[in-house]
This record gives sequence, structure tokens and C-alpha cells, in this order.
Amino acid sequence: MLEIKNLHAQVEDKPILQGIDLTINPGEVHAIMGPNGSGKSTLASVIAGRDEYEVTGGSIDYKGKDLLDMEPEDRAREGVFLAFQYPVEIPGVSNMYFMKAALNAVRTHRGESEMDAMDFLAWVKERAKLVQMDESFLKRNINEGFSGGEKKRNEIFQMAVLDPSLAVLDETDSGLDIDALRIVSDGVNALRNENRAVLVITHYQRLLEYIVPDKVHVLYDGKIIRSGDRNLALELEEKGYGWIEQEAAEATR
Amino acid sequence: MKTETQNLEELANRDYKYGFVTDIDADSLPPGLDEDVVRAISAKKNEPEFMLEWRLKAFRHWKTMTEPTWAFVKYPEIDYQAISYYSAPKKAGEGPKSLDEVDPELLKTYEKLGIPLKEQEILAGVVAVDAVFDSVSVATTFKDKLHDLGIVFCSFSEAVQNHPELVEKYLGTVVPHTDNFFAALNSAVFSDGSFVYVPKGVRCPMELSTYFRINAANTGQFERTLIVADEGASVSYLEGCTAPMRDENQLHAAVVELVALDNAKIKYSTVQNWYPGDKDGKGGIYNFVTKRGKCAGVNSKISWTQVETGSAITWKYPSCILQGDNSIGEFYSVALTNNKQQADTGTKMIHIGKNTRSTIVSKGISAGEGQNTYRGQVKILKGADNARNYSQCDSMLLGDRCGAHTFPYIDVQNPSATMEHEASTAKIGEDQIFYCQQRGISAEDAVSMIVNGFCKEVFRELPMEFAVEAQKLLGISLEGSVG
Ligand SMILES: Nc1ncnc2c1ncn2[C@@H]1O[C@H](COP(=O)(O)OP(=O)(O)O)[C@@H](O)[C@H]1O
Ligand SMILES: [Mg+2]
Repeated sequence: MLEIKNLHAQVEDKPILQGIDLTINPGEVHAIMGPNGSGKSTLASVIAGRDEYEVTGGSIDYKGKDLLDMEPEDRAREGVFLAFQYPVEIPGVSNMYFMKAALNAVRTHRGESEMDAMDFLAWVKERAKLVQMDESFLKRNINEGFSGGEKKRNEIFQMAVLDPSLAVLDETDSGLDIDALRIVSDGVNALRNENRAVLVITHYQRLLEYIVPDKVHVLYDGKIIRSGDRNLALELEEKGYGWIEQEAAEATR
Repeated sequence: MKTETQNLEELANRDYKYGFVTDIDADSLPPGLDEDVVRAISAKKNEPEFMLEWRLKAFRHWKTMTEPTWAFVKYPEIDYQAISYYSAPKKAGEGPKSLDEVDPELLKTYEKLGIPLKEQEILAGVVAVDAVFDSVSVATTFKDKLHDLGIVFCSFSEAVQNHPELVEKYLGTVVPHTDNFFAALNSAVFSDGSFVYVPKGVRCPMELSTYFRINAANTGQFERTLIVADEGASVSYLEGCTAPMRDENQLHAAVVELVALDNAKIKYSTVQNWYPGDKDGKGGIYNFVTKRGKCAGVNSKISWTQVETGSAITWKYPSCILQGDNSIGEFYSVALTNNKQQADTGTKMIHIGKNTRSTIVSKGISAGEGQNTYRGQVKILKGADNARNYSQCDSMLLGDRCGAHTFPYIDVQNPSATMEHEASTAKIGEDQIFYCQQRGISAEDAVSMIVNGFCKEVFRELPMEFAVEAQKLLGISLEGSVG
């Protein structure tokens, strides 16, 4: 599904990603952990195609296509979804209107007909249940006046509506209390299937107790310095990021 | 790496979609303006004596005036002697009685603009269209239905012929011929426009709609509209405009007067999409309009809603004189400037009567090198006890070469007044656009969506079919603002 090779990227001439290799197969859930500033969001942004992040080397193959060659909206239409770490507010534009435009853009791209209003309504209502989102949120403007937790829940709701092939969740757990964390995780788990790949970015091991990953990678200073199974996350939790830093330092010695 | 500004520029570089010229023989006066021209216009229109006198009074006054320079707009000096003051499409004998008699060239033009008149006729009773083409009405529909209710909805020329007493009674009562430079000019030379009279107690059952369109080159367009709602009457009037592409700048100096008597309501909505000029600012319409409503009676209400996306230069302040006690004035505005467009627009709310209320909601959007100025005045006179005003002025900037300016003037002469003012300036964020793109929406659609969201409070004041058109227009006008 996704094959990242020796990816280098910089922002404002400052190198951030320094040779990332990562392969995710359909049906797999991978987790990326790492301290603040290690480049997790940068990786997510590069996958989604944000302009400010300049790719200076390497490649990303997505479903046999050169992902880096595609416009951000085309990546989305091809099934790449990013749940943002900081979802933006868009005043005056309702969630419902936004999701309809998004879903129809995706459908049109796939050569499918636009969904009519009734079918769409039924679909979003069903998907809202996955994250226990109250229907009143559909009518509200995108993220306007939402609490931090509601914004994150809204991201997963949007994922559920758009039904992507590859979902990148950037610190979806931050700002969630334990109940919300469970709800959001249940939503993500319900969306796990053999055709979908998920990349969970998190700072904490806690989320991975709910969304159990197939693989865990540790990102440090723009490089994946360790990969393993879910036990790596536990180890990391126990020993702290200091341990990784030490290892990294030793490795470069 | 693309920057936001570059992106915005790409989107701004599209061609105007409505640029084409209809080939119709025009019956025009040669350029120039003197008393003889004024007399000729009046004679061509076969006007009664009072009209000619009024025009001449206006012309003599205009000659003593100088063009105002206080607005935040820049344009080359206008040579008023180089303008032709009359142009009408040639008609065979009388005016057409149905759409079948209308010049097919003209109908084709409307079709290109997406105004299917024929369809509108079939959609019986939804909208009555009094289509104005180059200053003279050529097609009027639904007249019979309105006639049964005693409502007069016709071209200004017809009103002068058929209802001279109404014209004489109300013409110039809101915008006198001395009012300002452009209004005086208009009073002297106006060729046509629309006239509406809704009699006592009648609620007009449909939106009255007029599409304006400027065609012949070098022809100043001087429309005059007069709408009177008698006691207890109500009416909603829609004005929409588009123009074909032109190289010369075209002057447009219209006057709109609204009169609401006791308990009457007038809602006046405009979606204006004249040719704004190309991306270098060449061509485009100069729009110097005087629009004013008088809430003459108690409990009357006048509401202006405008969506301005066209014109090279806009100079326009739809205003309300709140004379009757408990009367209400409203102004909802969206003004968009792209490329080198300049808009200086706003409103005046003059509170004279007791318990008068006014609401101002202004949304200015600037893209490209557009300059957008809100200029508003709220005046509470001594006798206006318990007057209330709420003003909200929001600006949105796309890119960093455009400008937004706000000049609110407040003059309160009665201490019982309640004034509220809110203002904000937002920059459309790259992060907002990216968020939309990440959900599969193109950058262009994203901008359109974000801007439409910003304007929601104004759009919801528009009649349904107009709201849809307005949203599309904003989309078209912003094409090229992001890539
Ligand atoms: N838009 C940006 N402009 C400047 N620096 C940035 C930008 N985005 C990220 N960075 C820098 O890149 C590094 C990695 O950031 P980020 O990818 O957000 O890390 P993480 O998500 O792991 O906390 C940090 O040093 C951060 O300051
Ligand atoms: Mg981050």
C-alpha cells in the first residue's frame, strides 16, 4: 500500500526528515512514536502533500503510484486521509456541507455518481454513530467552538465518512480524556479492515492499548531508529525517550 | 515552492466568463453634454413638461458641482463630454409584447449569462423580470398578474407616460437632484430604469427582478429606479447585473430611490457582477451609484442587501433615512475586490424618528491587488430617542498585496442611543485551504467555500434563488485566487 524509501524533507531550509524507510501493507496498523519535534507531523504532512514541506530526496509509492507527484486533493481522492493534530476551524461552513463536498469530490474522482441528499444524510448519520457523535455536530460549522476532544472526534468521523485506504492519525489521542479516548479508539478499530492501512502517530503508549498496532516505529531526529512489535511501545513507556536518545547517540558513535 | 501569494495570483488570472458583445444596432446620440442633449433625451422619450424642467434644473445644478474626491479610489479623470448620453436598441414600431418578439440576439446573450428568460416565464409566477438592455426595457413579464393587484412594475419611461402623477409626487424626494455630483448628472440625463408602486395594504406576491446589462461601447449608463411602498404594503426587489467585456472604462451613475410609507416594507437585493476589468485593471465599469431609502412612515422598514463582485471601481452607499417612529433600516453587504478592483462602499443610517433601529453587516473580501473600503455613517439626531444601531464590519484578505480599510463615522446627538460596533480582519489561511484539499476539495473550491462561509450572514438575507447565484458568483470572481 505505502512504501516510503529514504525520504528526506525540509521546511524553510531546515532538514527535518533524514532518510525514512517505511512499508505498510493493506490491513496493517503501524504506530510511530517519538519525542516532540522528532518529525512525526512533518512525515504526516509530506504524505498528505503540504506545500511548505519540501521533499529533498527519496520516494513514496502509494498503490503503485508516485505519491509525491500528486496534488494534495488527488492524494485525498485516491484514499489518503490525514487526521490532523490541530484541525482548523472554518467559520460559516457546516460540517455537513463540507463532508458532502468532500465525499462527492472523492466519488467523482472514482467515476461514481454524486450521492444524493437523502443517501448522504443516511450515510453520515450512520458514520456519526461510530464515534458517538451527536447529530447536532453535523450542522455546526467545521470545528468552530469545538472542544479539543470534539475536534479529534470530528476527524475520525470524517475518516469514517470518506472511507480512506490509508489513514494517518496525527496525535489523535492528545487532548482526549479517557472516555473520549476509548470512543475514538473504538471508532478507529471499527474501521480496521484487510483493505485499509492505518498509521497512528502518538507520543504516548496509552493509545496503543486501545488501538493495537502490528508494528511500532520510533522516530528520532528525523530517522526511524528502531522498529518492533507492540512491546517496543511498552519498553519505550517504561524506559522513557531518554533511553532512545542514548541508543541513538551510541549508534552514531 | 509555491507560496500563498503565488497561488492566489494564479487563481486570479482567469478570463471573465461573461465577456462578449451583442451585435445590435443602437440608436445613439453623439458624445457630449449640454442643455440640447438634455432636451433631446426628454424629447426622444416624449416626456411631459415637468420631467424636462426637472432634468434641466438638475443639469444646471450639476454644472456648478465638482466630482467628489474623498473616496478611497483612484481612476483617470472622466471626460463627460466624451460620453454618449443616449443609446437604445432599435425597435420595430412598438415594444415587444411577448418574449417571442424580443430580438433573438438579445435572448441569446441572456442565455450565455445563464438567465433563461423563457424558462423563467414557464416557471410561472416565481419571478417577474423587467429586463433592461442598454437603458431601455425590452421585455417585461408577469405584468398582468401584478396589474390585477394594482401593483405598477414597469420601466421608468412607461411610468412617466402612464403614471405621471406618481412619478411627479415621489421623484427626487429621497435623492434630490442637488444631492451629489453623480446623482445630479443622473437626474439630468437618465434614460430609463425601473418603477414600482405597491398600493396600500398590498403584499407583492413575487420577487420583482430586473437584470441590467451594459452593451454599447462608450455609453454612460444612467439608470433611475423608484420604488414606492404605500401604507402597509410590502415588496422585495432584486437587481442583477452582468456586462460583456470592454476595453474602455464605462461610467455607470445610477440612482435608486425607495419610499416606505406607514407600516410598509421594502427589501432591495443586488447581485452585481459587472465587468471588473482585466488583471491589469484595464477596462471595467466605474460604478458610482446613489442608493437611498426613506422610511417615511411609522413602523416602516427598508432592507438593503448587496453582493458586489464586479466593477473596476465601486462607489456606493445604500442608505436609510429613518424618519418614521419605530422604523428599521438594514444593510447587509458583501463586497469582493480582486486584481486591481477598488471598492469604497458602505451605508448611512440617519436616525430621525423615535425608537428607530438600524443594523449594518458588512463583509469585505480582498484578493489580488484589490482595495476594499468600508465607509459607514450612523447618525442619531436629537429627536431620535432610544435609537439603536448594531454595526459589524468584517474583512478577509487573500494574499498580501490587497488591502482592507474601514472608516466608520458615528455622530450621536441624543444620549439615549445604544450603539454597538464590531470589527474583524481575517486572513484566509493556507492551513484552512490545505485542510479542505486533504479532504479531496480543490484549492479553488476551498477558497470559494471559505469565502462563502465568511459571507453566510449576508447570504441568508438574500432571496433563495439569488443566494445560490451569489455563491456561484463569488466562486467565479475568485477563480484564480489560489492554485
Ligand atoms: N512549518 C514549520 N516551520 C518551521 N519549522 C517547522 C515547521 N513545521 C515543523 N517544524 C520544525 O520541524 C521539527 C519537527 O516538527 P514536527 O514534525 O511537528 O515534530 P513532531 O510532530 O514530532 O512533534 C521541529 O523542530 C519543528 O519546529
Ligand atoms: Mg506533531
